[in-house]
Amino acid sequence: MQPLLTIQGPEAALFWFLAPLSVAAALGMLLVKKAVHSALLLAWVMITLAIFYIAQDAAFLGVVQVIVYTGAVMMLFLFILMLVGVDSSDSLTETITGLRPIAITAAVGLGGLLVSLLGRATLGREPIGLEIANSSGNVEGLAALLFSTYVFPFEVVSALLITAALGAMVLAHHQRTNPRPSQREQAINRFRSGSLAGAAGLPGPGVFARHNAVDVPALLPDGTPAPSSISATLKARGNVLDSGQFQLDNVDTTVVEEK
Amino acid sequence: MSLDNYLYLSAILFTIGAVGVVVRRNAIVVFMCVELMLNAANLTLVTFSRINGTLDGQVIAFFTMVVAACEVVVGLAIIVTIYRSRRSVSVDDASLLKQ
Repeated sequence: MQPLLTIQGPEAALFWFLAPLSVAAALGMLLVKKAVHSALLLAWVMITLAIFYIAQDAAFLGVVQVIVYTGAVMMLFLFILMLVGVDSSDSLTETITGLRPIAITAAVGLGGLLVSLLGRATLGREPIGLEIANSSGNVEGLAALLFSTYVFPFEVVSALLITAALGAMVLAHHQRTNPRPSQREQAINRFRSGSLAGAAGLPGPGVFARHNAVDVPALLPDGTPAPSSISATLKARGNVLDSGQFQLDNVDTTVVEEK
Repeated sequence: MSLDNYLYLSAILFTIGAVGVVVRRNAIVVFMCVELMLNAANLTLVTFSRINGTLDGQVIAFFTMVVAACEVVVGLAIIVTIYRSRRSVSVDDASLLKQ
């Protein structure tokens, strides 16, 4: 096979430095458990690809890759991960028996096919390089093509973008199947429910002058703390204090005289 | 080093993405693997653009990026809709048609 345009010096060094890193990040994306880590590794792969684009005389695409992929697409992925729950880690156990060996065999087959095909194929001529095509600037050259030969696909793609935006709006729109209960209906339901204990609403937490008392239960008339006056979140965190220590007869109210 | 190495790298990344689509269960990770495959294809387009000395490959890679952006928007909206009704993003749980 004829060697293609040989690349010496900085670009080769850049390639041999970044290519293993990008393959390692892609493999890591496959193997890590948490989806957030996968997203960050994919962002790194995309950044290395952007560097490769710039090294290959495609400066515009390199910049677009950083802005669109690592900027917009990956942030959208992270946003959805936050929405769905960051802790939702993937169980790596296989649910279909024998799926993983088959998948790896098929992948080795596909990769081997692609690589061996690349190794055997020849273009029949020397690679040209982009010096002539980029002579008036990469962006200018792309713009000239985009607005002459590819102007119709360009318009179609703009229609596709608008359609996708509308589709996302329609999909994300959530319509209530039953109307939200009004305040009046909620009050009626409280009084008609089994007991009248909660009819007047839950008691507020204790308010003591010497403590910011959202985490202190209020005291009932007989002096016992009311557990229902504390937010369930605080209770779950274990942040509830004992209200007894803030009662007046337990607190030292003597003021130290300043000298 | 020849320009072929970029094509080999692209083939490897494409294969890794394909394995991820098949093996992973989290719909978002599956989707990210699809993005990796698209990116690998883009690297091929840019490399062939350089080999052929024309910018057409770069224009097509640009179109691929736009289509990928649309795909991400609609796909993630679908994932959010499924999550809202099923409280799960695992691709194994969406198997209502099977039963």
